[in-house]
Amino acid sequence: MRVMVFLPLIVPVLAAVGARPLAERLPPRMATWLLTLSSVVLAVASGAVLGLLALAGAMSLPVFASLGSLSARAMSRVDAAPLLLGVIAAAFLAAAALSVLRAAWLRISALISAHREARRLSGDGRLLVIVKDARADAYAVPGWPARIVVTSGMLDSLTAAESEVLLAHERAHTAARHYLFLAAARLSAAANPMLRPLAAAVSYSIERWADEQAVRVTGNRPLAARAIAKAALASAAAHSGPGTATHVLGAAGDKAEISRAGSVPRRVNALLGPPPPQRFVLLALAIGLVVVSSLAALHAADDLHAMIEFAQAVVLA
Amino acid sequence: MAQIRPAAASRGSRRAAGELEAAALGVLQAAGRPLTPAEVRQELGDDLAYTTVVTILSRLHAKGVLTRHRSGRAFSYAPVADEPGLAARRMRRVLDAEADREAVLARFVSGLGPEDEHVLRRMLANLPDQSS
Repeated sequence: MRVMVFLPLIVPVLAAVGARPLAERLPPRMATWLLTLSSVVLAVASGAVLGLLALAGAMSLPVFASLGSLSARAMSRVDAAPLLLGVIAAAFLAAAALSVLRAAWLRISALISAHREARRLSGDGRLLVIVKDARADAYAVPGWPARIVVTSGMLDSLTAAESEVLLAHERAHTAARHYLFLAAARLSAAANPMLRPLAAAVSYSIERWADEQAVRVTGNRPLAARAIAKAALASAAAHSGPGTATHVLGAAGDKAEISRAGSVPRRVNALLGPPPPQRFVLLALAIGLVVVSSLAALHAADDLHAMIEFAQAVVLA
Repeated sequence: MAQIRPAAASRGSRRAAGELEAAALGVLQAAGRPLTPAEVRQELGDDLAYTTVVTILSRLHAKGVLTRHRSGRAFSYAPVADEPGLAARRMRRVLDAEADREAVLARFVSGLGPEDEHVLRRMLANLPDQSS
């Protein structure tokens, strides 16, 4: 039991290390589903294991043992989980629960205010809202109906074909309800901070998903790359003011430079290459790891159950 | 006392200015036609100075909330016929105040790191230009 019970607490570390490479190697839609579901399963499994350790610790206390009509001596002799470990696990579990509640509250109130404001945007239910604003910006607002807000400054800095990429990208976000994936990944990361890299990878892979969808709509990868690069530079200029464009144009960025760069240059770089191939071996490996982790949590629960039955039998005997 | 009062008074009038802007905007939206400062002053009812009303209206105009046309010797003002635009601006303000806004708004492009701009410009320079 010893090793198995800690497995769900260790697998998130592996997932955290693997999240970004997976997000860059898998097709974005597959990566989004895999990373989101993995983070939810791993968060639940690690929470379950903490709960089991806390419960087992509590059972070794006579007062709790008598509640479950167990033999405390039998429980402590089996030494399922020392009391100290149980206390630590309970503390972590309580912290995780508070963190999830707080994150859920923030997320829900942000969604409600987004929805409320989206409803106020013109009553005729149009998806696209163009705002007169010189600063370049574009975003999708989740809600019923969802809205895509684009500033005139953004449209001014793109050609008509490039604007089409932008709109196809934002439509992909609203059509596939990408905010739900992100919300699930963020809540999981709130429960288990080791899963934060997964949430970051999900946020990257939904952008890639929308980018690839925009490519499918417009049929032109370099055009999409160009639109994203120009939009990013325009909105960076809008936020930092003039005087930042002091760099001299040089040779193309090398691989190391791209991997160090932020998400926008990596998205552009991905569009400059071929569409990502399906990688079923990698996918199977990642799924296998998550399944093993959840099985370990189930096994630990089974162990505890067996132990409780044993201790109850000792009392009866 | 004599030193405190002017400060308090100016703070009060600054707050009142915001309320007056909202009231003036409300008057213009209710009117359904362009109004001159004199008409707005009459609608607002208070014993406001004419210059105060002119200041409020020109400030709203500078913010892009009102349009104005010359009518006779004065300007007449009307709300910008861009209601979705106004609402969108307001929404952005509301969402910018939310702690979790980045996760809710799916932005086309996120912020750039210090090196990103440099990398992007080089990538753009190497892309074939399709805008022509």
